[in-house]
Amino acid sequence: MKRIFTNARVILPNEDQPKTGSLNVDGDRIAAADDEPGEEIDCKGRILAPGIVDLGVFAIDKPAFRFGGITRAALMPDQSPVLDLPAMIKQSAAEGKPDLWSHPIAAATIGLEGRHMAEIGLMKRSGAKAVATGRQWIADSGTMLRLLQYCKSLDLPLIVHSEDAGLTHGAVATNSETATRLGLASAPPAAEAISIARDIALVRETGGHVHFRQVTTLDGLDLIRAAKKEKLPVTCGITPAHLLLSDIAISDFRTFTRLSPPLRSEDNRLACLEAVKDGTIDVISSGHDPRGPEDKRLPYAEAAPGMAGAETLLALSLTLVRDGTISTGRLFELLSANPAQILGVEAGRLQSGYEADFILIDEDSPWQVDTRKMAAAAGNTPFDGLPVQGRVTAIYKGGRAY
Amino acid sequence: MTSQQTGSPHQFPTGSDAFPHRHLLGIAGLQPWEILFLLEEAKQWVDLNRKSSKHADRLDGLTVINAFFENSTRTLLSFEIAGKRMGADVVNMHAAQSSIKKGETLIDTAMTLNAMKADAIVIRHGSSGAVQLIADKVDCPVLNAGDGSHEHPTQALLDALTIQRRKGDISGLTVTICGDVKHSRVARSNIYCLTTLGAKVKVCAPPSLLPAALDRFNVEVFTDFDQALEGSDVVMMLRLQNERMNGNFIPSPREYHYLYGLTRERLARASDNALVMHPGPMNRGVEIDSDVADDPDRSAIIEQVEMGVAVRMACLDILTRESRGVEGWS
Repeated sequence: MKRIFTNARVILPNEDQPKTGSLNVDGDRIAAADDEPGEEIDCKGRILAPGIVDLGVFAIDKPAFRFGGITRAALMPDQSPVLDLPAMIKQSAAEGKPDLWSHPIAAATIGLEGRHMAEIGLMKRSGAKAVATGRQWIADSGTMLRLLQYCKSLDLPLIVHSEDAGLTHGAVATNSETATRLGLASAPPAAEAISIARDIALVRETGGHVHFRQVTTLDGLDLIRAAKKEKLPVTCGITPAHLLLSDIAISDFRTFTRLSPPLRSEDNRLACLEAVKDGTIDVISSGHDPRGPEDKRLPYAEAAPGMAGAETLLALSLTLVRDGTISTGRLFELLSANPAQILGVEAGRLQSGYEADFILIDEDSPWQVDTRKMAAAAGNTPFDGLPVQGRVTAIYKGGRAY
Repeated sequence: MTSQQTGSPHQFPTGSDAFPHRHLLGIAGLQPWEILFLLEEAKQWVDLNRKSSKHADRLDGLTVINAFFENSTRTLLSFEIAGKRMGADVVNMHAAQSSIKKGETLIDTAMTLNAMKADAIVIRHGSSGAVQLIADKVDCPVLNAGDGSHEHPTQALLDALTIQRRKGDISGLTVTICGDVKHSRVARSNIYCLTTLGAKVKVCAPPSLLPAALDRFNVEVFTDFDQALEGSDVVMMLRLQNERMNGNFIPSPREYHYLYGLTRERLARASDNALVMHPGPMNRGVEIDSDVADDPDRSAIIEQVEMGVAVRMACLDILTRESRGVEGWS
């Protein structure tokens, strides 16, 4: 059954700007443009973009994902229990279907404790598309080396958290005037660059692909920029929080701003924007981690890190287009094409033969972020009260509207 | 003793304009005249506390809860005595005997205290920001008796009152604060208080115990104690917590004493008659030598404790004026 989505502004691969026209869909796949007739669906001039592939969420939260235009989500292994066995991967991969595809990420080590390698090969067979160190880094460089060798042989990317725990242990903020005023334990931002530098050295050694899930400092980004110049297989990501907020946002002890890595100085924030612009950053993801009052209505240092980011991901990312940092086409490379490519799934691009995962967007539609009215399992957003623009008006997974 | 700057009460704004705050959560953000008003108000209680009958009835019928989630002897005692001397019914809640141990959240505890209709709650907690979290949830004034490494406002006020009484005007004095500044709420509150009142503040600590970006606090930063002492009118020592002495932050207590201990010899680098202060409890022989701590001409350590009660009486009085319907305050 062929359908033609007409009167749309389509985000096509390798195009900066949306192209007015139509998209052909045959069953659950995108079809090549042709003159054959089919059922026509009028998109009323909306942007038709690839569904967002959210790389590295901490919960499968369908209402939030639907609101946010997310059609695929790669689930971090930091679950209870940890995703460190093939059976858990298999079960988790089935969760969410048919309207949302979950790609569980295999834990690199048993219990994410950083010591014994988990059964990565068997987890790949069960559906794991990537391996991750979870919320923490692996301190032992020998373990890390062997993991990377192993991931390389299985052709899986290793997703890492870049903070040297020797420096960040117990810290809840980055070293800054704000942290000192609040009396919060803080760590030097160099904790990030130190861990990135080590992992780049190991990439050079092994040829394995490392994806740095969140890079938030100028020095860390410089290292990745240089590694890319060297053609090393490294990629990196960020969340809108580190692009739009600096550490000043933690004033008043608002625990919704407690993130890991922590919000950085304004200098670092500007460096992150620059890195989005120049292509150093490959992925923008939500880091979706809904946390209720039991985790957040606590003194700052006792609160769990993390933000509910899924439903604000698109609207906040669109501000980068509106302020001229990037083009609309480039935005969907960051949100959809690149994360899909890292996971090795045929999605994230409106390309013939790929899964027909796409969304319609009214990019000007205004709304206000309101922690009390969120679709997510919890409303822990540091953007509470912020007026934003851009809404998903329809979401299609495998050619079906949901 | 009263100087021009401290002034007489009529120089302060009238009624609640003199201290337009519902809670006392910290010194940061207070105006100089607001701090001076609190100090001025405390002076009457210093006099009362020296009489044989030490009772005022301003807080008659009011309930003050001291909710201490972290161990404390002297601050708790000081607040308890302050409340009782003002005529309030004072109840102490220790973390050790509270439902915190049973897993109740801080917010639930706060709501419970609130439901018991306290007229003021005094809170100490080990986590920065915890007192503000409670203050946002309760209907009565909250006094911060120390939260994590954040603030300990009544300590800074009692220190300022002590300095005023011994040195006069705080404006223009040079004060050296030495010790574990990184983890110290006393240091932070004192830095805000003293710089707001116009003192020149020097801060000295081992590099491992200096917090980030301290140069942004309008203070001079030192790691050499001898240099930091030059020209100081007041030397304020901080307590070194036992858990910092085990090699993580400093190698050993004796090395700390060698580099940062206040000895008679070292004190000679400060101004003549420089005042020695310590918030207590002291580690004698570590951050301060006994012959300095016990020298009645130089040490104000006992007077600090005395001023603590007076300052806390003043704070309880001022923060409850609105609910008591004091003219100009409600």
